[in-house]
Amino acid sequence: MNIHEYQSKEILKEYGVPVLNGLIVFSAEEAKKKAELIKSDIVVVKAQIHAGGRGKAGGVILAKSLDEIVEATDKLIGKPLVTHQTSPEGQIVRKVYIEEGCNIESEFYLSLIVNRKKSCFTFIASPAGGMDIEEVAKTSPEDIIYVDIDPSVGLKAYHVYRIANFLNLDKKALKVILEGVYSCFTDKDISLLEINPLVLTKEAKLVALDAKMGFDDNALYRHPDILEYKDESEEDKEETKAIKHGLAYVKLDGNIGCLVNGAGLAMATMDAIHLAGGAPANFLDVGGSASVEMVSTGFEILLSNPKVVGIFVNIFGGIMKCDTIAEGVVKAANDMDIKVPIVVRLQGANAEIGLEILSKSDINVMLAEDMDDGAEKIVSLVGNKEATNEHLGR
Amino acid sequence: MSIWVDNNTKVIVQGITGSAARYHTEQMIKYGTKIVAGVTPGKKGQSVNGVPVFDTVKEAANQTGANTSVIYVPAPYAADAIMEAVDAQLELVVCITEHIPVKDMLMVKAHMSGKKTRLIGPNCPGIITPDQTKIGIMPGHIHVKGNIGIISRSGTLTYEAVSAVTKAGLGQSTAIGIGGDPISGTSFIDVLEAFNEDPLTEAVILIGEIGGDAEEDAAKWIKENMTKPVVAFISGRTAPKGKRMGHAGAIVSGSSGTAESKIEALKAANVEVADKFSELVPKLIKKLNK
Repeated sequence: MNIHEYQSKEILKEYGVPVLNGLIVFSAEEAKKKAELIKSDIVVVKAQIHAGGRGKAGGVILAKSLDEIVEATDKLIGKPLVTHQTSPEGQIVRKVYIEEGCNIESEFYLSLIVNRKKSCFTFIASPAGGMDIEEVAKTSPEDIIYVDIDPSVGLKAYHVYRIANFLNLDKKALKVILEGVYSCFTDKDISLLEINPLVLTKEAKLVALDAKMGFDDNALYRHPDILEYKDESEEDKEETKAIKHGLAYVKLDGNIGCLVNGAGLAMATMDAIHLAGGAPANFLDVGGSASVEMVSTGFEILLSNPKVVGIFVNIFGGIMKCDTIAEGVVKAANDMDIKVPIVVRLQGANAEIGLEILSKSDINVMLAEDMDDGAEKIVSLVGNKEATNEHLGR
Repeated sequence: MSIWVDNNTKVIVQGITGSAARYHTEQMIKYGTKIVAGVTPGKKGQSVNGVPVFDTVKEAANQTGANTSVIYVPAPYAADAIMEAVDAQLELVVCITEHIPVKDMLMVKAHMSGKKTRLIGPNCPGIITPDQTKIGIMPGHIHVKGNIGIISRSGTLTYEAVSAVTKAGLGQSTAIGIGGDPISGTSFIDVLEAFNEDPLTEAVILIGEIGGDAEEDAAKWIKENMTKPVVAFISGRTAPKGKRMGHAGAIVSGSSGTAESKIEALKAANVEVADKFSELVPKLIKKLNK
């Protein structure tokens, strides 16, 4: 789960990491009423969306007067912001963060991540602040320091010295920031915390000018305070619905919907459709213990994508029984009047019973031998408009 | 022969009184697995499918001589269950549980360092040596005793590979799902090393997916050490960047963890990588007949 910049800063502030004063507003009128609370000659109006690259995309505006603040807020709110991390349609800006300005002397990059290769936490720091760190890693890797922290030991003084020396920053000031970052990272089960840039002001103060946090979804059950920060308007509605029903769904750009059991098989199914010359419309894993209702909900979710012109159901029954899937397919077809061709591949546990359920029903499905056969069949069905019409659900 | 588990393996089921664990205990016993004890704190004295239940792993191991455990404990308590099994000095712990917080797994790994216990998983289907023992949740009936070792990060793709091998008239020495989480106990390399030394295993199928660089590490190891043929399949070529694809560990972050990088590394290690899953076993047979 991701949260907004202003929320990340609230958390950082609690942990003693210096941030600038700011306030969140939802409209230009609200900005007009509240902006004078920010005692600063220059302020920054920042669009709050769950995507990076806001500055380059015009989502961060400098303002020098109340009028300019209101104007900037008006310009941003209610409109889509397109950055390199959003979809091509962009993300609608629903709120802006009005923050006091500061005199920047120099900018740095600082992040803390879970290092899956070494099973530890790793601080990543660089004097190349405000830039895309992946780009820095490519062009000047010597400008980046990686400091591993043993999770059973925690942050030690020498870690701080190494990073402070590398960045040529005051150890005491940086210690406050690193300790705050490390504590909130481990307390709140954060999986990525990025401060880019971390700024040294002309008054020799260190400040987190931007902040980004991503949380471990599997640990949210023990952080009700973090769940309060969830902004559903920033998340895909269908993905959220899928999670509520115990399904894993990711929307893609193509037009062939798929419903699969198992994450690995679901990815392989997308790849198979692609190799057969088609384009998958989604990833959908119904898991190992789906009920008839869950399968039917899966259909509902994947059909909510208007691009879908065909469906491939690919099941290898193990714990998941093929007859349950078949019943779910029949239920979905009966409930939803499905007008697109369906290819079904059932193998493994209770496959025969599943196939019998399908053949006894009056829904029109084409059967496939294996994953690649199914992928080819659905691609050829949707590739041809006439064929699509012949295979109307009913 | 086989790796790590056979018909001498004596197994404790942790969390045995839960409904999924009850079902799988029954399935494992039917397959022939020696389930000697169950553990659920506070349920000592009960029995599940004739298996005695203990309060602690230590007690269960002392009373029954068990050397392995399989964990079906819910995610919030699973890390604790793994550490308990490690402290009871079991040789092998197989953790089926999905959705364990990453931080908990980091603590588990730190706790295990320097100890003799091997952990498989979490978030995995388990390990099976056909006709001898099945420790996990895989459907037993698709397996046949044979000479092909199978390793995979995905449960269902393990079953697909097993089934394809069986259909081709071959069988499996041991099949292992190492799990779909970013932090896990056993790596591809650990399994490859064991298969390389196992006299019965003639060739290996490796199934990887996007996220992390375990496949790249495996490729490097194969290039330098592997004496047996390996064929591979990598899923997630069409997965978008920055999106978690079901498995907690299946995510392309920035430019790392892509399917392309894994396929390239494996090919450079003389591993045949199948584009289509249906080509996997034919490629394996071709390699075996060389």
